Amino acid sequence: MALVEIRDVYKSFQREEQRIDVFTGLTLDIEAGSFTALMGPSGSGKSTLLNLIAGLDKPTRGTVRVGGAAVSDMSPSQLAAWRARNIGFVFQSFNLLPVLTAAQNVELPLLLTNLSGKERNERVRIALDVVGLADRADHFPRQLSGGQEQRTAIARAIVADPTVMLLDEPTGQLDAKSSQEVLTLLQRLNTEFNKTIIIVTHDAHAAERAKTTLHLEKGDLIEKPRAPAMAAVR
Amino acid sequence: MKYLRLVLANLGRHKLRTILTIASVALALFLFASLRSVTTTLAATAQLGGARRLVTTNATGIVFVLPLSYGNRIKALPGVTGLSWANWFGGKYGDGKNFFANFAVDAESYLKLYPEFIIPPDQKAAFLKDRTGALIGKRLLRQFGWKVGQNVTLQGTIFPGDWTFTVDAVYTPSDPSLGDDALVFHHEYFDERIGRAGIAGWYIVEIDDPAHAPQIAKAIDDLFRNSSAPTKTGTEKEFQASFATMWGNVSFLMSTIGLAVVFAILLVTANAMMMSARERTGEIAVLKTVGFSDKLLFALTMVEAGAMALTGAAIGLGGAKLLYPAINFNGAGFLPGFKVATSTLIVGALVALGLMLASGLVPALRAARLPVVQALRHVE
Repeated sequence: MALVEIRDVYKSFQREEQRIDVFTGLTLDIEAGSFTALMGPSGSGKSTLLNLIAGLDKPTRGTVRVGGAAVSDMSPSQLAAWRARNIGFVFQSFNLLPVLTAAQNVELPLLLTNLSGKERNERVRIALDVVGLADRADHFPRQLSGGQEQRTAIARAIVADPTVMLLDEPTGQLDAKSSQEVLTLLQRLNTEFNKTIIIVTHDAHAAERAKTTLHLEKGDLIEKPRAPAMAAVR
Repeated sequence: MKYLRLVLANLGRHKLRTILTIASVALALFLFASLRSVTTTLAATAQLGGARRLVTTNATGIVFVLPLSYGNRIKALPGVTGLSWANWFGGKYGDGKNFFANFAVDAESYLKLYPEFIIPPDQKAAFLKDRTGALIGKRLLRQFGWKVGQNVTLQGTIFPGDWTFTVDAVYTPSDPSLGDDALVFHHEYFDERIGRAGIAGWYIVEIDDPAHAPQIAKAIDDLFRNSSAPTKTGTEKEFQASFATMWGNVSFLMSTIGLAVVFAILLVTANAMMMSARERTGEIAVLKTVGFSDKLLFALTMVEAGAMALTGAAIGLGGAKLLYPAINFNGAGFLPGFKVATSTLIVGALVALGLMLASGLVPALRAARLPVVQALRHVE
């Protein structure tokens, strides 16, 4: 059974008088341990797909299941608790809380667990160590470079050991060197720690690091996956 | 407790704004406590007075005197167990900026009727013996640095000239509402200096039973109804209340101003809180993405509002409670026993709670209901 199962999903938005159909019956499976890149032009539905998988948005019709849980059927409070345990989300613009240090930002998902302060600190230390920022734990976001901020955001995404990591244009605001560092880190998380990673990107170089690339255009998958770990049917 | 750091970090985001918001709440509640305390002090003063004491004044007004000859006729009435008299003097000390009550009394009978004046026995004896002696409240001792045995000179305003008294005794009131800032001296000395013996400003009449007060008061007034100086007799509480109402409808005025101030500050605080929440739309969306529930974000926003409102309340109400005793405030003598009552602190705390709800509710609901995808679009 695939880790992420998207079945006959429809999603439309109403913009003033006009209805915009993003997906019209999308079906897609993503296997556990895969590293999938979602590519496509603006408005093709990449970020919407990511939001549906994360339970941040609901399909107009159809089912989204992650790890066997029917995300599309959950209530808002169930979704919040489920997200805390299963989703690690990374944004293009890092979205660290400026009033918290790197360590405190990373600790945020752990506040929702029953871990003791000591256990949380230990997990934060490990996560920052994994992303190579152990020495920046007490720095505030404004004291970090863009690459370091994004690596902190990745540490926040992995600290609670989520089922799947979702990254929306994670290198979009980074220079070439920082982008490479972040992509190398993601590859490492996938290969060494067996993290399931889904990344939305415009960057072909970033997509090359993924094991599988999906192309979305106007809500349709237009290319078959290149790796057997994933199967898409439309 | 694990969320405390997050709350504190958010409060520290715009330190100046947080400080100003807390300061505005503190100021509002300080003013509220102060204005309400004027009301409660006046009310307490109006309640002052022994249940067994009546006061007889000239029916035309308190500034008009009564013949001293009335005393024996009043004393002869059934149910009257004691009698004394007093006269407003209205002298000032120094530049007169520090007003305090001062009046002439028939000392021996007066102190018998007022056991509320706690006086060391040796000082009391000295005062009763000394024709030019004065009995003063302990506040005056502190205020002017007077000492027992010292001569003090008041300038007469109604009765001109320099009036020198020896401070023989100091009293402490058993009830703070009685005030501890009056000076009383012997009526004999007063009569002698003004050269007009035989007048009393008002009589204090002790009766056997508070239940007989209406009948005895009527009997006194009936006695002098057709004289050249008819009287008006009432309970001491009524007498005190008549002073309180000389301020006009102060209670209503104070309450209205107090509420207006609190309401104005509420708007400022609510605006600051909402501005703070609006600025954090993106962060709230990020927290929701991380897994923070709507309820948790609602609670955290309310705790933030509560922290500001309650800190402000603690400073404002605590400040009022501590400040007035520290500076010995008595409203230039018009508010003896002025204090911030416990009931005022409780009402103030409730106002702060209301402030927290009113200023926190809108941003908290907004944070909880924020559609995360829409908010993320705003951020990205």
